[in-house]
Amino acid sequence: MDVAFPPGRHGWLCPVIWARDLTKSYATKTSGDVLAVDSIDLEVGPGESFGILGANGAGKSTTMRMIGATLQRTSGELTILGHDPQHEGPLIRAHLGVVPQQDTLDTDLTVRENIYVYGRYFGLSRAELQPRVDDLLDFAQLQDKRDAKVDSLSGGMKRRLTIARSLVNEPSLLLLDEPTTGLDPQARHLLWDRLFRLRETGVTLVLTTHYMDEAEQLCERLVVMDAGRIVAEGSPAHLIRTHAGREVVEVRFGAQRSNEVVPHLAGIGQRTEVLPDRILLYTEAGEADLHEIVARGLTPTTALVRRASLEDVFLRLTGRTLVDE
Amino acid sequence: MILQALTSTTAVAIAQRRAGLADAGIRSGRARMLLLRNTLALRTSNALAFLTGFVEPVLFLVAFGYGVGALIGDVSDGEQSVSYAAFIAPALLAASAMNGAIYDSTFNVYFKMHFQRVYQAMMSTSLGPLDVALGEIGWAMIRGASYAVGFLVVATLFGLTTTWWSLLLIPAAMLIAFAFAAIGMSLTSLMTSFQQLNWLQFWMLPLFLFSGTFYPITAYPDWLQVIVQATPLWQGIAMTRSLAFGVIDMALMGHVLYFMVIGALGLLATTRRLNALFLR
Amino acid sequence: MSILAVGSRRVAESRLRNMWRWRNAIITFGIGNPVLYLIAVGLGVGSLVEESMPGGIDGIPYLAFIAPALIITAAMQAGQDEVVFPTLAGFIWTKTFYAMRATSLTGAQIAEGVLFAAFGRIVLTSVVYGLVLLLFGAVSISGALGVTALAILTGTCWAATMQAIAASVHDDGGFLSLAGRVIIMPMFLFSGTFYPLSALPLAVQWIGWISPLWHATELGRWLSYGAPTPLWQVCVSVAYLMVLGVGGVVLARRRFERRLTS
Repeated sequence: MDVAFPPGRHGWLCPVIWARDLTKSYATKTSGDVLAVDSIDLEVGPGESFGILGANGAGKSTTMRMIGATLQRTSGELTILGHDPQHEGPLIRAHLGVVPQQDTLDTDLTVRENIYVYGRYFGLSRAELQPRVDDLLDFAQLQDKRDAKVDSLSGGMKRRLTIARSLVNEPSLLLLDEPTTGLDPQARHLLWDRLFRLRETGVTLVLTTHYMDEAEQLCERLVVMDAGRIVAEGSPAHLIRTHAGREVVEVRFGAQRSNEVVPHLAGIGQRTEVLPDRILLYTEAGEADLHEIVARGLTPTTALVRRASLEDVFLRLTGRTLVDE
Repeated sequence: MILQALTSTTAVAIAQRRAGLADAGIRSGRARMLLLRNTLALRTSNALAFLTGFVEPVLFLVAFGYGVGALIGDVSDGEQSVSYAAFIAPALLAASAMNGAIYDSTFNVYFKMHFQRVYQAMMSTSLGPLDVALGEIGWAMIRGASYAVGFLVVATLFGLTTTWWSLLLIPAAMLIAFAFAAIGMSLTSLMTSFQQLNWLQFWMLPLFLFSGTFYPITAYPDWLQVIVQATPLWQGIAMTRSLAFGVIDMALMGHVLYFMVIGALGLLATTRRLNALFLR
Repeated sequence: MSILAVGSRRVAESRLRNMWRWRNAIITFGIGNPVLYLIAVGLGVGSLVEESMPGGIDGIPYLAFIAPALIITAAMQAGQDEVVFPTLAGFIWTKTFYAMRATSLTGAQIAEGVLFAAFGRIVLTSVVYGLVLLLFGAVSISGALGVTALAILTGTCWAATMQAIAASVHDDGGFLSLAGRVIIMPMFLFSGTFYPLSALPLAVQWIGWISPLWHATELGRWLSYGAPTPLWQVCVSVAYLMVLGVGGVVLARRRFERRLTS
């Protein structure tokens, strides 16, 4: 059962997720085979919290479903906790907690029954589940809703219930597919707090998101996916350092002047990006560069110096074109 | 170490115990958890639909058995001559087992599959597609059996049961429900719109009307009789009628075999299709 | 001056367009259902009835006896489907009525429009059924005209009643299947559809007396083959259907109006 792994870059003896050239293609009627995931490599170690970033359609959910052993790969290798999902799906799924992108709560059941019945699906005994369901209701702060029907819950409550439900089998790996999409700020922060507590208990977290603040909050390490491929990998700080620099200067000159000004900015900052409404300068020292711009007599109408963020990395790597669903 | 593995109750240990079995990839042996789920769900939302299913065959029995029966008198099916109510009662029992099973395995399953996404949730636990198929079909069988029990009580009160063989109508109803649920679920798993369900419902009507429910199929020309005899509801009615009249013969074995075979085929098709839908 | 306000006509138009998308199903069910019942019950059960009562009931074949009841049932069913489903959808499932109300349409116009579209479906169903009855020789030509018109009237009155009921359903909780099993099915079976009401014990005969289907069926038999019916009964039955129809329209209009403005 224990598979020997070739020593990976990260050197875990037994990584939780290990993928080489993992590929998934779909046959479509209109445009032939579509590569949803295009030979990606992944390694996630025990206790890590790992993020997969990408725009809609980048292949995040497909990757998650392959990891969750509910979607078969087209080619490549994949092991989850040393098991091959192609042959040992049920065993792998017993290790996992899954929070899918769309809620799959059972609307015919109450809040408490949702967790209880889900635990029974794993074969857990009634006696064992009683106290655990109670603990999970506490954890999800849903005790006073325990006998409510699912339909009456708010979006945030449903998400918390889904997460509580996914923990009923005490998973060693928790998969969260866009856990906070569509929630209001209060609900998101409450959810992050719960996930942070889970991280401290040693559960391995893998989450997909297109919220950069969420990735910076929750992930120690992440990959950026674009069109089915991994285009960057590292810790949030590392990615920002490598792909965006330390600071960003955002200056506006008004629509007419913008293009005339660009040649005069040469030599300021490490990289310049011209957008329809503003110019971005990626740099190590924002304040100094802003002084330099003013010194050259190019007084901007508005100017802002800020810390470079994961959002800058993301937009740089995946482009600013709008991706349709 | 081994002892620990045997007594350990974590989800992983439970899954490991089955990992070596041939069907470990598609079955966890916990189909009964779907029965638990459906029983709990009954309390909150589906009770009324379940209960009214009892009433329908009774209404038909009263209206046709006594209303139309008053116009008809006795019916002879081959050698025996019985009252019209006694003639249609076993047929209505078979038809109600069919209707309950079809309703559960088509409308309810479609709703769970496409709107509630209940099966997606189940498939992300260690349940497999065969568990889901067995569980839902098992539920339809329980429904069929409970309708049969209810109807049998009513029929007995009306004095329509004459032999102890009638008790076998309960397993017979379960067998009918099994086959119809398995076929119904496999068809539902192929469907992509509600409209197709309505078509299925439409085709149930001729099955109900022409399978010898309300008159002996000897009314048909020979070639049509052969076709009708191949259809599942006729098989069910022939089975329930011969049990109700205490005619125990080899033909009965033929009917049982018929339902076992089409039920097994439906189960196989459903499992394959669920696997393709949720685990591929 | 047209009968319907412009607003109601627009609602009816959009409902009819919606029905058009289901035309294959509507036509197949519309023809299939009567043919199946006529063969199975009219001919199959009919042969058993005529074996024991060589003259048939009222001295006519069993098929002719049940024909008026079948066409009226089909019209009522079609009318009910076309009002209950859109009314529940409009108020609960898709809430399109609220979107309509946000334009210049009034609640009463929406109610009228839905009913008028259902009327279209009732006419289609009844005419098709009438033709099938004629082909089966279950009615004479004059009888076919009579029962078809009667079916259209009864179907529309029933649709109005059901619309008023559906307009006050707030939690769909299986109302559709419940209405089918608790109202339609008993009515279909105990309204003297397949046998004279007098064949039943008195304890269940009352279902027939309050059932619009029974009243309409008796009228239908009188129109179709001149079944002996006292004049007062004809008057009571017609009045009963009219009360259901007019009462239904008034109630439905009021309930639509109130629900869409509060």
